[in-house]
Amino acid sequence: MATENRIHFWRRNAKVPGSVQPVYGAQHPPLDPRLRRTYPKDTKPKFNNLKSKKASSFHEFARSTNDAWDIDDEEDEDFLGIPAPTTSLPSSGVHSMPVQMQEQNQAGDADSRTSHGPGSEAQNLQDVQEDEEADCEPVNGKVVKSNSEAHLGSSSVRSTLQKQQSLPVRPIIPLVARISDQNASGAPPMTVREKSRLDKFKQLLASPNTDLEELRKHSWSGIPKEVRPITWRLLSGYLPANKERRELVLKRKREEYFGFIEQYYHSRTDEHYKDTYRQIHIDIPRTNPLIPLFQQPAVQEVFERILFIWAIRHPASGYVQGINDLVTPFFVVFLSEFVTEDVENFEMAALPLETQRNIEADSFWCMSKLLDGIQDNYTFAQPGIQNKVKALEELVSRIDEDIHNHFKKYEVEYLQFAFRWMNNLLMRELPLRCTIRLWDTYQSEAEGFSHFHLYVCAAFLIEWRKEILSMIDFQGLLMLLQNVPTIHWGNEEVGLLLAEAYRLKYTFADAPSHYKR
Amino acid sequence: MNGQIMGSDEAYNFVFKVVLIGESGVGKSNLLSRFTKNEFNHDTRTTIGVEFSTRTVQLNTFTIKAQIWDTAGLERYRAITSAYYRGAVGALLVYDITKHLTYESVERWLKELYEHADPHIVVMLVGNKTDLESERSVPTEEAKDFAEKKGILFLETSALNSSNVEEAFNSVLTEIHKKVSSKEVVRGSINAVTLNGSKEETTEESKPCCRNI
Repeated sequence: MATENRIHFWRRNAKVPGSVQPVYGAQHPPLDPRLRRTYPKDTKPKFNNLKSKKASSFHEFARSTNDAWDIDDEEDEDFLGIPAPTTSLPSSGVHSMPVQMQEQNQAGDADSRTSHGPGSEAQNLQDVQEDEEADCEPVNGKVVKSNSEAHLGSSSVRSTLQKQQSLPVRPIIPLVARISDQNASGAPPMTVREKSRLDKFKQLLASPNTDLEELRKHSWSGIPKEVRPITWRLLSGYLPANKERRELVLKRKREEYFGFIEQYYHSRTDEHYKDTYRQIHIDIPRTNPLIPLFQQPAVQEVFERILFIWAIRHPASGYVQGINDLVTPFFVVFLSEFVTEDVENFEMAALPLETQRNIEADSFWCMSKLLDGIQDNYTFAQPGIQNKVKALEELVSRIDEDIHNHFKKYEVEYLQFAFRWMNNLLMRELPLRCTIRLWDTYQSEAEGFSHFHLYVCAAFLIEWRKEILSMIDFQGLLMLLQNVPTIHWGNEEVGLLLAEAYRLKYTFADAPSHYKR
Repeated sequence: MNGQIMGSDEAYNFVFKVVLIGESGVGKSNLLSRFTKNEFNHDTRTTIGVEFSTRTVQLNTFTIKAQIWDTAGLERYRAITSAYYRGAVGALLVYDITKHLTYESVERWLKELYEHADPHIVVMLVGNKTDLESERSVPTEEAKDFAEKKGILFLETSALNSSNVEEAFNSVLTEIHKKVSSKEVVRGSINAVTLNGSKEETTEESKPCCRNI
């Protein structure tokens, strides 16, 4: 199977293509516009109200949680912190946004206004001119430039505020729930517990020979932001536990990577590799399209190099869509070491070149290590994923017969929704900050990204059992499963999810060996 | 409808499964969102596996629920996505009029389609991104002739400005309906099932009997 899978696989008998241009790409599963709501900036749902917010149906749930842009998350140790709602004008970082965003957000007002739902929560953003709707296409939240230009002048002030508090306005499941909305005082002060955890980590990291076992144990429950970059490097096996060896190893590995670039990168125009490169090149702009950081050419080039080098060094799989997402958490975490304010709007070019290169090299190596454990997810026919989805089905049939039978009844196949869960390690179903928290645990577990992930997926599915069981047709079920409402999720939800996954794992420790792929 | 139990939609006479196929980046996902949600997004992500959306349309007196599947264009996923051809009664084979390469792959996509899908499947060749007319690299006539030769429908569209998108989907759905209603095919083989005799008889029952895979 794998032997067929060489670079030749990528070849097509085609003429040389024209210039590769940015592609306006695939739509992330769209949500029903009727459900789209924006909430007033003043509402601050607390996390301890979360359970009570859970409505009896998916639609109600989506409505009640669509205030993600405005959540004030004091308890969250979020890496990319959710800031308090504020009416202040955006910082300069936000102004640098492309015009497109502006217009989208603006047009989003019209859309949010046309949606209907409970109560008066939508009042705050509803000072949209009535004539806006008349001019726009009906219920069109994503009006293209030409349609919304007419409204620029009249609503530009509001759109500026709009930009800040709801970027983007439409409630897709974003990688980051909130962009550059930090309040003036920055991140909330640490609790006593957080402080003592941080101290424990610092203590472990200060040792001349880091006790990796201890580090894993503590990392399982989440790694404090400040020490995440170094902890991730250690847990992944990239950085040696022995402090004395670190500088040397880092230097060597980084140089090795730069060597790869010199050796391989120029060949991206070769007949042999150009298809690979082309696919990567059109995917990068579609990787984190809503985060300004990833629109910077410098950052996009970093991703292209990392992915291209990896792909040609792993011909058994080459580049597969989904792998691009896996670079993001490493890149963001390693970058965060040098960024005090919000990372999403950070100008990469502001960093010294050497720092940029080191972040790139480290991201490459750590991503490689991650992929080593799950490479059969991406080889021809993706056997790893097929097996995992089957295993998920088996597991769910044992832990929640109701759900399993419900799926059978409405002919929902696990592959139809869980494929993406496995291929992208739930990154498409969770905000980026949750992924980062999740990876703290995955890197603390043996085979976390392959084995433990299965239990996390099962726990994730069961999380929505109420919504699932109350959805009585195929269409509704699938759309629910492909648009799970996690937009507001943070450390608490992920923590609960992980606890449940852990419980499942140990309950089914006697599972057949095929689970342990 | 019972408020506790959620179905996704009102009653309908038919459910037609339609798949979008074609090379990566040609605009399949935006065609889907334009048709089902009247949306177009510059900021979208790559489609992973399959994605799914629906829209209900009126064709004469019949209420048709179009169940539209969007697949990833990347070759790697073919092994997974081939399963999704099953039960499809319509297909939009999409290429990008500004990328000749995506048009050159059409023949291959057709082959794969016929290998996996119902032989009576209604196919439309769709040249997308007509808003980028100045960068056109596939002449309309050439594609039109090819489609005729292959016995498939043809239209050029722009998901961005929505031109011809409704027409494309509606043509396919109408054609499917024709086939279903005519004696040309046995109803079972095309996997579309009438839920109700006529519109007047429609109940609130919304569970389809057709295969959804």
